[in-house]
Amino acid sequence: MSALLELRDVEARYGPVQALRGISLEVPEGQIVAVLGANGAGKTTTLRAVSGTVRRTGEILFAGRPLRGSPEGVAKAGIAHVPEGRGTFTELSVLENLRLGAYTRRDRDVRGDIERMAEHFPWIQERGDQQAGTLSGGEQQMLALARALMGRPRLLMLDEPSLGLAPMIVREIFRIVRELNEKEGLTVLVVEQDARIALDTAGTAYVLEVGKVAVSGSSASLREDDAVRRSYLGY
Amino acid sequence: MRSSTARALGTFLLLSAAVYLLPAFVSDFRAQQFAYVGIYLTALIGLNVLTGYTGQISLGHGAFMAVGGYTAAILMADHGVKDIWTIPIAAALAGVAGFLFGIPALRLSGIYLALATFAIAVATPAVIKKFEGFTGGGSGINLFGIPELTASLTPVEIFGWELNFNNWLYYLSWTVALVGYVLAWLLLRGRTGRAFRAVRDSETAAVSSGVSLARYKTLAFGVSAAYAGAAGALFAIATTFVNPDTFPVALSIILLVGVAVGGLGSLVGLVAGAIFIQFLPLWAQNVSKSAGAPAVVYGAILILVMFVLPGGFAGLLARLGSLTTRGYHRPNDS
Amino acid sequence: MTEFFQQVVSGLASGGVYGSLALALVLIHRATGVINFAQGEMAAFSTYIVWTLTTNHGWSYWPAFAATLVVSFAGGVGIHQVVIRPVERGSQIRVVIVTIGLLLLINGSMTWIWSGEVRSVKSPFPTRTVDIGGVAISLQDIGTIAVSLGTVILLWLFFRFTKVGLAMRASAVNPAEARLVGVRVAWMLGLGWGLAAVLGAIAGMLTAPSVFLDPTMMQAILIYAFAAAVLGGIDSPIGAVVGGLLLGVGLNLIGAYVDFVGADLRLPAALLVILVVLLLKPAGIFGKQHVRKV
Repeated sequence: MSALLELRDVEARYGPVQALRGISLEVPEGQIVAVLGANGAGKTTTLRAVSGTVRRTGEILFAGRPLRGSPEGVAKAGIAHVPEGRGTFTELSVLENLRLGAYTRRDRDVRGDIERMAEHFPWIQERGDQQAGTLSGGEQQMLALARALMGRPRLLMLDEPSLGLAPMIVREIFRIVRELNEKEGLTVLVVEQDARIALDTAGTAYVLEVGKVAVSGSSASLREDDAVRRSYLGY
Repeated sequence: MRSSTARALGTFLLLSAAVYLLPAFVSDFRAQQFAYVGIYLTALIGLNVLTGYTGQISLGHGAFMAVGGYTAAILMADHGVKDIWTIPIAAALAGVAGFLFGIPALRLSGIYLALATFAIAVATPAVIKKFEGFTGGGSGINLFGIPELTASLTPVEIFGWELNFNNWLYYLSWTVALVGYVLAWLLLRGRTGRAFRAVRDSETAAVSSGVSLARYKTLAFGVSAAYAGAAGALFAIATTFVNPDTFPVALSIILLVGVAVGGLGSLVGLVAGAIFIQFLPLWAQNVSKSAGAPAVVYGAILILVMFVLPGGFAGLLARLGSLTTRGYHRPNDS
Repeated sequence: MTEFFQQVVSGLASGGVYGSLALALVLIHRATGVINFAQGEMAAFSTYIVWTLTTNHGWSYWPAFAATLVVSFAGGVGIHQVVIRPVERGSQIRVVIVTIGLLLLINGSMTWIWSGEVRSVKSPFPTRTVDIGGVAISLQDIGTIAVSLGTVILLWLFFRFTKVGLAMRASAVNPAEARLVGVRVAWMLGLGWGLAAVLGAIAGMLTAPSVFLDPTMMQAILIYAFAAAVLGGIDSPIGAVVGGLLLGVGLNLIGAYVDFVGADLRLPAALLVILVVLLLKPAGIFGKQHVRKV
């Protein structure tokens, strides 16, 4: 299977601080790939480098072609980035958030997609006019996910979806992600602190440490390696 | 003595010498023009205390000049006070007005403060016209030829030198400006100056270090207004006439332009700003005789300076030297 | 009693003008946190364009109005692209100083191009009055109220129901996230400036018939617009409109019934409103409170 997304030796810095020191990774089409590591390892920065929210050097290829730098361009290319903290438009309504997710689309099927989202998240239709900021954390995360899907992306990037959420809700979210991957072939790149659930969901994983890839491999092999589990995954 | 102080003292002495010698080398007309530079410099020194050191923006200092100008005019015309003595009184009154404004202004910062002070500048002519009894309303107060105005009709003798009106005005305004600069320098180098800068750099940090925002913000307003008042009094003496149009909105804006273009913090920058204010309309007339030309040029230069040299002229010097000028902090946001 | 109604109606008319210009200020402030000090001068410039088209080129009023709106929109977008964009990223005070520079530049340009002479502008509405319930109401006032109201409604529809309107709202509240869904936030800001310029032009054109056209025409109106925006809540479009109407009616009534204020102290009265609101409830009527205890 060819790589939908490829990073080659990507570096990024925040002012004087070097966050990524040469990251190379591949996300094959139709797969779920996890990026793990401790706080400050560079996981979020990796996603930001892809979506163009942080300046970076090195090559990033999407569907074989070099990826343009600006976030707007990346969205147009078919990459949906759900950032840390969900990034919902808290002052706008649920439906308006979804409409924004479809911003780059020019087709007329947007309303149909909203109905399809309601199948995954039934409360969307009922609470359509509610202000997004008044939703619970779990609901906002699901709204963010639904919004990302409205763009019919080829690649979905999730940044720490479990942050601040109860375990049950986290499991539900990852279940939905798995379902989308299996049923619709959605390619997913997920950054997570919760290594256990990430490895249960993803096929392959990269573990980052201080801005570099320390270990990578299939989830199964990473899970079975005691040394890796203890030093890098914390369990 | 520290080298930076020695350098500052040297610059000051050099400038003072140049100032006092200048009239010998230039025409009478030029002396009058440079007198106005001294007047604007006085106002800018005060505005610099408020804006450069304490980080509070004001688009209303023309109003404080109006307070000073009208005070001086009324004292001279109706109460027989000699022109020199009106200056400290005008400064004191304007200072009180500034201090009083500083109290409600405590709650405002950044753009809201700019807004409120701008509104004062726009509203001032209307208030002047309303209180006709004091201010002579729309027709203003004419000072031409009255005895309280030194040297207005006959030259005055000082230390054996005979000075006509323009030269007298020149020495008067520059003496006020230079004395004012020294006073400001003394005020700013001590604890007060440090407190001002703390307020500018971060209000939250200032308060946590025990700096009373209330005291220093109102003080900064009062001090800067006092300087504006002195400048206003000098202005009234210079033009020998005040009416509501003597202190228009444009004046307040142009004072800010002078501070922005000249740059904050250094004497040379402030002098550059004052020269800019005085001579720009004349240079603009070379571009076009139209009455609108000076405003166009002021505006264009202000914009360009903000693009290229946010620190103004003094900022350019500072980059060559060792000082740095800080930007402003974002107004209230939780 | 008839005087009361007349004052209220004409207060609503001037309030419509204040509200329109206030809406322009709010639009830009919501998106960028900047108060555009040049908004009044831009509006006056637009009014000069209408005047030139109708007086010197013989256009009839409404076509000139429409053409001016288009030109104003382009002007607003252009000003944003050329003058504001280079400094947008830095400190807000710097941007505000740039808008002040614009104020001077545009003000001077008007004097340069058209001279400081006071001009009279024909009103698009008939100058007679109409009898409503025994009270003589000026058609000029009714027309002004209708146009302001119509503009506000159109704008509301635009923001609520169009894709671009939604994108602009998203850019204003959350620019980083808006970029992630593909919105070109920089263009949205330019659009905001364009719309604000159109609103200002409408305010100017509605005002000119009564106050006469000269380069300083909009200076006082700008202060009233500030007061209205502050009163209503500097980030609230509804607040701008309501604030404008309240201010217009309020100033009229105070001016009519409080002798001391009369017509002379109208502007200082507005200043007082600004100060009082900023001191007591800085968020205004519809604004959200920003906690800043220091």
